[in-house]
Amino acid sequence: MGLLSKKDSKLILDPLADNNPITIQVLGICSALAITAELEASIVMSISVLFVLGVGNVIISLIRNIIPSKIRIIVQLIVVAALVIIVDLVLKAFAYELSKTLSVFVGLIITNCIIMGRFEAFALGNGPWRSFLDGIGNAFGYGVILIIVGFFRELLGSGTLLGFPILGDPIEKTGLYAFGYENNGFMLLSPMALIVVGLIIWVQRSKNKALIED
Amino acid sequence: MEHVELFFKSIFIDNMVFATFLGMCSYLAVSKKVSTAVGLGAAVIFVLAITVPLNWLLDQYLLQPGALSWLGPEYAEYDLSFLSFIMFIATIATMVQLVEIVVEKFSPSLYNSLGIFLPLIAVNCAILGGSLFMQSREIASLGLAATYGIGSGIGWFLAILAIAAIREKIRYSNVPGPLRGLGITFIITGLMAIGFMSFGGMLTGGDEAVEEEQKTVEVVTEVDEDKKLADVSEIEKEADNTTKVVE
Repeated sequence: MGLLSKKDSKLILDPLADNNPITIQVLGICSALAITAELEASIVMSISVLFVLGVGNVIISLIRNIIPSKIRIIVQLIVVAALVIIVDLVLKAFAYELSKTLSVFVGLIITNCIIMGRFEAFALGNGPWRSFLDGIGNAFGYGVILIIVGFFRELLGSGTLLGFPILGDPIEKTGLYAFGYENNGFMLLSPMALIVVGLIIWVQRSKNKALIED
Repeated sequence: MEHVELFFKSIFIDNMVFATFLGMCSYLAVSKKVSTAVGLGAAVIFVLAITVPLNWLLDQYLLQPGALSWLGPEYAEYDLSFLSFIMFIATIATMVQLVEIVVEKFSPSLYNSLGIFLPLIAVNCAILGGSLFMQSREIASLGLAATYGIGSGIGWFLAILAIAAIREKIRYSNVPGPLRGLGITFIITGLMAIGFMSFGGMLTGGDEAVEEEQKTVEVVTEVDEDKKLADVSEIEKEADNTTKVVE
């Protein structure tokens, strides 16, 4: 990492595992669970959050000294809302079907706790470049979990990835289906998102005992 | 009748936490004790009941395509709906501040019990989600919007109350180390959500009944009441089941 000092690369790498926004900090779960039935939606959601969090952190960090602390929450909300409107309009213009699937959850990026959490905890006290790295890192940490959940739910629930059938054809009985394999439609229902995240937390904490709560 | 239907629908079938995962952050963070959960739940009902009708008015007279026609025919073609996120969140944030000031002035005891939670609520996804769903489901009148706000608030309240009670009990169970705390809470919430899915069939008969006599509709709502009572015992049962599973 020639470009980044050790401290800076830590900002990006930490949220990927040991300080993950979803499984450790418990932020941003609201929008994370509802849209993970398909891998494609998860990826688009991650990219949207990446954009909003990266740019938002820089903006907040640039104006951090002129925001009166009493109304800072309203100022932050307005900044995020403006960025989310951009995301929403871009999605509507270039991926209309997908923006229908995501429905109100694009709008809910505004109140995604990761964003407010990082503004409060990091961007208000650090310079623009470090805030940008922190935003990118946390958005990646969020995206990783979203993509893992989306991957398993789409693979086990409908036997496809990004819409391509990879386990064979369930009607023609090819591939795995020839051996009597059935799709688990249960994985597509919303409660399974919670249970899959619960299992991810289980795996992660068994690997790193320091994270176990008492 | 529409009101009763929407009310029960927003509590049970479209439950904020179990069906759409709104407000999960505070749901997980503040559900360690029943008393704090009740405080936050009450604050959510309160704020939703105010902001959803208010945002309905905004949507109807400012944001929708053609909403500005009350200003004059030349304004009828304006479509400001792309501004709805920013307008809704600004309304919510200012309302929360306003409610905080008013409550502090007139009822210090209520302020002490709600006080810490009110600022938190401005960034609760459930509040903005309530307004966005109100917009996307095209709720027809101001009264219905208020019913929807109160109903979904009560649904959220029920959910956080149930999980807080379960978490208080589960402290005495022997949960595997890595699952302790957050992990098991996720899984319990998942199981509860599966339980709540059974309410899905609750109002499906209602649509035909509306066209028939008023009486049938009344019977339907009586059944709703029963189910509401049954719900409490179901949650308790669920708590027992999960503890057994864990054991």
